Order: sequence, then structure tokens, then C-alpha cells
Amino acid sequence: MNELKRTPLYEEHLVAKAKLIDFGGWEMPVQYAGVIDEHHTVRTKAGLFDVSHMGEIDVRGEEALAFVQMLITNDVSKLEDGKILYSPMCYPNGGIVDDLLVYRYNSQHFFIVVNASNADKDYVWITEQAKKFNVIAENLSEQYAQLALQGPLAETVLQRITNINLSQIKYYSFAHGEIDGVSCLISRTGYTGEDGFEIYVAPEYGRQLWRKILEIGANDGVKPIGLGARDTLRFEARLPLYGNELGAEITPLEAGLGIFVKLDKVDFIGKEVLLAQKEQGIPRKLVGLEMIDRGIARSHYPLQKDGQEIGFITSGSFSPTLNKNIALGLIRADLAIQGEVLDVMIRGKAVKAKIIPSLFYKRDKQAGHSAKESGAMSEKISAK
Amino acid sequence: MNPVELKYNKEHEYAKVEGNIVTFGITDHAQESLGDVVFVELPDVGTTVTAGKSYGTVESVKAVSDITASVSGKVVEVNTQVMDSPDLLNSEPYGEGWLIKVEADDLSSLDGLMTAAEYEAFLAQEEH
Repeated sequence: MNELKRTPLYEEHLVAKAKLIDFGGWEMPVQYAGVIDEHHTVRTKAGLFDVSHMGEIDVRGEEALAFVQMLITNDVSKLEDGKILYSPMCYPNGGIVDDLLVYRYNSQHFFIVVNASNADKDYVWITEQAKKFNVIAENLSEQYAQLALQGPLAETVLQRITNINLSQIKYYSFAHGEIDGVSCLISRTGYTGEDGFEIYVAPEYGRQLWRKILEIGANDGVKPIGLGARDTLRFEARLPLYGNELGAEITPLEAGLGIFVKLDKVDFIGKEVLLAQKEQGIPRKLVGLEMIDRGIARSHYPLQKDGQEIGFITSGSFSPTLNKNIALGLIRADLAIQGEVLDVMIRGKAVKAKIIPSLFYKRDKQAGHSAKESGAMSEKISAK
Repeated sequence: MNPVELKYNKEHEYAKVEGNIVTFGITDHAQESLGDVVFVELPDVGTTVTAGKSYGTVESVKAVSDITASVSGKVVEVNTQVMDSPDLLNSEPYGEGWLIKVEADDLSSLDGLMTAAEYEAFLAQEEH
């Protein structure tokens, strides 16, 4: 067995008595106090996540813009410097290599954040594609600890220890500044469906920031949050997970990420196939499901209609916010009709579920800049 | 902390024997490793269960776990309360969080189970 990788915050997880699991080759905290408690903490207060396992790839060079445009399906040409964009990255056959965030410093410098379990594969893929361009792609994954502070109180809490005016960082934007005197990259991004920040810092300062944020947020109820709640939070907000909603055998159009696929761009890897799929009709569609019968639909359970297999569950769980059992399924597009009743095959037994809108949870829009954010958020997660 | 009057199997389930009626449930260690229990599937009263075979499932947010009968027999009572409040398995695994009561055909299959002391030794061993 390969030795599991540990993040710079590993010792803190032991102190916090986290339950640790193997996640994509990383020894990560799945829960501290309990998944449901942690889930509610993020929805109602704020929670701190160790996401240091995420991969960071820096792309620099004269042709950086042209390269990133070729690499991903979304369009970074119109993105302002200091802004971030979400995008799938596809194979020539339209299947998904990974989904990622692109931070634009300028047209010659981009910072790409990828999924932990795909980081090595992505780096190989990116460097291979980079050969045709005057760019250098560098894997900086080891050079960062990454923390995410997510929840309605995230800004209030973090503002106490940073010299950056956080209200100036709009949704999907980033800035450099100091937190607790330590130099960081801070972005208003996340994977929970809540407002919040992701903080990139040199690994040796990871523990200091982790402790400081938990300390200054303690009276507000800020707690550490594990990967278990991270999954239920992202699932309720229909944020896709690679390996579940996304994969090499699923196109971004099928996964409901069409608005992040700019078919009017001159060229990008996978364009031809995706264009043809769009024109000929997308064969499968991602739908939301609510269980009618008792049961929890889990990832990869088959979906049937009249005894015929028509798709499978991509993610399914008890939803702590809605207090019911819901799921996402990838099914034949012609059956993706609201209200349609399907059978989830749970250990050989047909259990009824109904198609419902898949955006299970959307946070309340608030006054001020968060109203604008919600606009961007709904673009991100209401992709059809 | 594992009650001495119960018998335990290696799947971290207990059996409470009262005459020929055996109550099944999961141990404190089981609920601790599962995390928040959110769903319990149990057989109907009147159906039969078989020693060593699965009779239902206990699901936490992240995991699905089969539950195994430690005796064969007829289900005489089902704890419907845990179907509505699965969190009882976390808060009171040995009390209100019991699962089903079975009228045993024969109690000999219980001979293979562990006493509380043996189960604790087994837990200590599993830690390694």
C-alpha cells in the first residue's frame, strides 16, 4: 500500500480528534464533531476546512492566455485580471479530465486550482498540452497549505485578522494580503453553497492560521469541518464532484455544465465533439431526485424506468438542510422530466424516487455585495 | 461500557437474550465508527431471519452497513421508533436504539458470540 500523503495541518486534525480517512491518496479528516453538526455549522455560522490536498498549477508565459483558452472549455479572454473562473477541462472526445478554477493575474499568468485526486494526472495532461505553446506550467501543489472558511459569518470573522478589506473582494475574485501577519492569496470562492473564502498560504504558516481562525471565531461558533460535510454541503448546492457527476466518460454538457462550455470560442480541446453533441442532442441529463419510498440512493446505484436501465445515481445522501433523502442522477435525456417517477435499484430492490429541480439548496440573497455574488453563484450552480 | 449481560459478534452487533426472545442492536463502537445514523431498514414483523445473514441495513451520512442476525427465528417486534429517529442508534445504542426482537428457533448459534470482556479485547486488538 502506498503511504498516504499528509497536509501541513495533519497534526491539528489529531489534536481536534478528527476521524481520518484515505481520500484520493491523502490522509484527511472526514469528520470532527459529526457530519450533520458540521454541516449546520457551515450553513448557519462558519466552518474551517483543510483543503491543502487541492492541487495548484501555475501557468506563465507569452502565450499563457492562448494556452489556457485551448485547455479549458470556458472563456478566460474576457475575464478581468484579479478574477476567477470555473471551468471543465476536457479530453478531445469531450470527456472531462477535471473541473478547475482559473485565477487570472494577467494574460501571461494564470493560477489553476485542481482536484486533489486528479492533481498528478492534470499536471501531466497540462504539461503535455503546454508543449505546443510558449508557456511554463509549474506544479506548485507542495508550496501551499489551503484553508477554506465558509459560511455566513466567514467575512466578519476573517476581517478581524486581515489587512485586506474583504468586502472589496467580490465573488470569484482574489487578492493578496496578510492574515495574522502572514502573506496569503485570498479568494472569495468555495465548495459549500455559502459565502466564504479560500486562503492559500506557505505550508509552514498553515497551522498558525488554522489555530488563529478557530480561536478568533470560537465565540461565533466557528469549528473545523471535515470532508463528510464538505460533500453534503456541495451536493445540496449541486456543485459537481469529479468521480461522481463528472468523469472521463461524461461530457460537461451531460453534467449540466453547458454554460461553462463556450462553443463560440475559436478552438479548445474537445470542441468538435461537444459541438456535435449539442447539435445532435445531448443523450443524458443530470437530474435531481427526491426519494418517495424509504431509502437512500447512493453513488452508482442503477436507475430504472419500467424495468429498463436508464441511468445511474451520481451522488445521493440524507440532506441535513432539507431533512430528506435526495440524489443526483445521470439519466436518458428524454426521461428527464420534472415529476417523473423512477426506480432506484437499492440492493436489488426497486425504490421509488421523483425527479425534482436539482438545485436543492440556495442560500438567501442578502443586501449589498452579496446580492451580486448570488447572481454569480446562480450562474455557477444553476448551469443546465 | 459494553453491558455485561449482552453477547457480541465481530460485526459490532449485540444480542440480548431473554428466554427465547433475542433483541438485536449495534454496539457503541459501531455507532461511533458509522457516525450520524440517518436511515435504518428493518424486516417486517412475522418475517424470518437467518443466523449469520443480513436482516437489514443501517446507514450513516457516508456509509451503508449490513446488519447480521445472530440467531435464526421469527421477527416478533420491530423498533419503529428508530426508523423515524435513526439518531437513537447514536445516542442510545444499548437502550432506545435497539433494532428488532426475534423469537429464536434455537439458541445454539449464540455460542459463537463474545462476552463483553471478550468483545473489549477484540476491540483493542482491532485498533492495531
